[in-house]
Amino acid sequence: MPAASTDATAALREKIPSATPRASTDHPAVNVPAADALAALKFLRDEQSFDLLVDLTAVDWGTEAAPRFSIIWHLFSTTTLAYLRVAADCTDNAAPAMASTVPLWPGAEWHERETFDMFGIQFIGHPDLRRILMWDGYPHHPLRKDFPLAGIEGELADPEIAKETGAKVIAAPMAGGPFVAAPGEMNLTDAEPRAKDESWNEAKEKPV
Amino acid sequence: MPTEYTFPDAAAKAAAVPEFETEKMSLSMGPSHPSTHGVLRLQLELDGEIVTKCDPVLGYLHRGDEKIAENMTYNQFVPYTDRLDYLAPLANNVAYAIAVERLAKLEVPPRCQAIRVIICEMARISAHLLGLGAFGIDVGAWSIFLYTFTEREKLYKLFEELTGARFTTSYTRIGGLARDVPEGWNQRVDAFCDQFLPILDEILNLLTRNKIFMDRTVDVGVISKADAIAYGLTGPNLRGSGVPLDLRKDKPYSGYEQYDFDIPVGAKGDCYDRYLVRGEEMKQSVRIIKQAIAKFPGGDWFARDAKKIFAPPKDKILTSMEELIQNFMLVTEGPQMPAGEVYFEAENPKGALGFFIVSKGGGVPYRLKIRAPSFCNLSILPKVCVGTLVSDVVSILGSLDFVMGEADR
Repeated sequence: MPAASTDATAALREKIPSATPRASTDHPAVNVPAADALAALKFLRDEQSFDLLVDLTAVDWGTEAAPRFSIIWHLFSTTTLAYLRVAADCTDNAAPAMASTVPLWPGAEWHERETFDMFGIQFIGHPDLRRILMWDGYPHHPLRKDFPLAGIEGELADPEIAKETGAKVIAAPMAGGPFVAAPGEMNLTDAEPRAKDESWNEAKEKPV
Repeated sequence: MPTEYTFPDAAAKAAAVPEFETEKMSLSMGPSHPSTHGVLRLQLELDGEIVTKCDPVLGYLHRGDEKIAENMTYNQFVPYTDRLDYLAPLANNVAYAIAVERLAKLEVPPRCQAIRVIICEMARISAHLLGLGAFGIDVGAWSIFLYTFTEREKLYKLFEELTGARFTTSYTRIGGLARDVPEGWNQRVDAFCDQFLPILDEILNLLTRNKIFMDRTVDVGVISKADAIAYGLTGPNLRGSGVPLDLRKDKPYSGYEQYDFDIPVGAKGDCYDRYLVRGEEMKQSVRIIKQAIAKFPGGDWFARDAKKIFAPPKDKILTSMEELIQNFMLVTEGPQMPAGEVYFEAENPKGALGFFIVSKGGGVPYRLKIRAPSFCNLSILPKVCVGTLVSDVVSILGSLDFVMGEADR
């Protein structure tokens, strides 16, 4: 029932005049300024029956973009069965931050930990903002656009094992990799994953 | 004659002593523990055998699927969706394909929709069977596992015939499917359903009124309606708490509105209710499959007019110039999508599997976020485990029926 969430966006814009409509292919969507995000979400939860926070994530619009990070909330109403997308831009590119929605939905706790882990966004008021998917002490935020797909060489999670073995976290070998489709970087013969030593095959045994 | 010892002041002495407090013990459960179904680790703090704190540690199976998705075309990502909830790869394939089709505002023909419904429900049966078998093992009912795996094997045979693979099916394409159903496959699915129902009853009868099973599950791990919604639970776990939310009914996709089926809900929200809901859901899935097969539509099984999205037939590629070019562009550049933002979630066996896609146009998503139901379902653990016994944690984990491939992505 899209009508219900269209009403909700209208009501939200009446309540919080700084909210503006957001381009969307499917569900109704609104932009709110970061300062008003918590108030807007509280209004939507308490007075527009958007009681289920289905998803919370961020988008990195690129290192050159300003504002660089947007936080996206997807809300669902278990009574009107409508979706609503709420987006807010983080004001500071260097140290992005956003108000935490854990006071509204306890389920936001893990979503915000994940967003912090992947994008490095601080959620103000989060009770326990730690990494969740990567290990504690990992220095990067992998879903940022300036983080390479192959990863960055770094220290092992366990310093004791690292000291003992001298092992490191190494970047993924990308040459001939399974998912690199950027044209023009190498010719197809090199990009094709295959055994480089062709002196042996099914018919001929590998020389020792 | 035995001497009787009496301590007249013992009760008074005990009352005067302040409550006895033991030292808290820290226990790491997992990541390789049989009941953590994969690589979930629970950092427990125990007072005797009572859990006083539970801190789940995730990420042991993190592969960076969302980063990978940003670097490949839409069709190339289909095999990665197999590996999210690897117990129901077909349902993941379908959810992903519909999400991307919503972005392109593309409607697939009725035959394709019907096939997708059938495979989704088969995936649901297969996933619930495994969940049930593993839950049985967790609480000490070993034989259930053997029965459910026998049935799963029959489903795998059908999956293999349809997709060429038992486990990692990669069956959908954006705008259609990899291939049409083989000759006579529908009848074999129908025959499976017919023989499955009595066996399912037999399996459920082993547990439903089983004293040991009920002792381990009834009133254990109770999740209230309000908590279930506040923590974003979906799927059987939400319905087990009495919220009748099912996206197949409430937000019908792929033609689910044509089929007649019921949404089972629990009364209390304990482990037993979640078990009952899954058992009944399998019966409802059989109902849906039988209806879909009974009115199986003819016609195309892919969107024929979407030339920039779905690859042309192979025989045309090899004989006709235009189709060859189309295929070449599709493989190298990917299916061409308009710019936009779309969020779609499907009712998967574990809950609502959502894909949030931000597109700037072209064949590669700018950002793809996977909303994994297991991730959200697990986030309630720190709340629901506190105050229970360690052995109840095992019951709770079994009843939440999560998959780490999806939670960690």
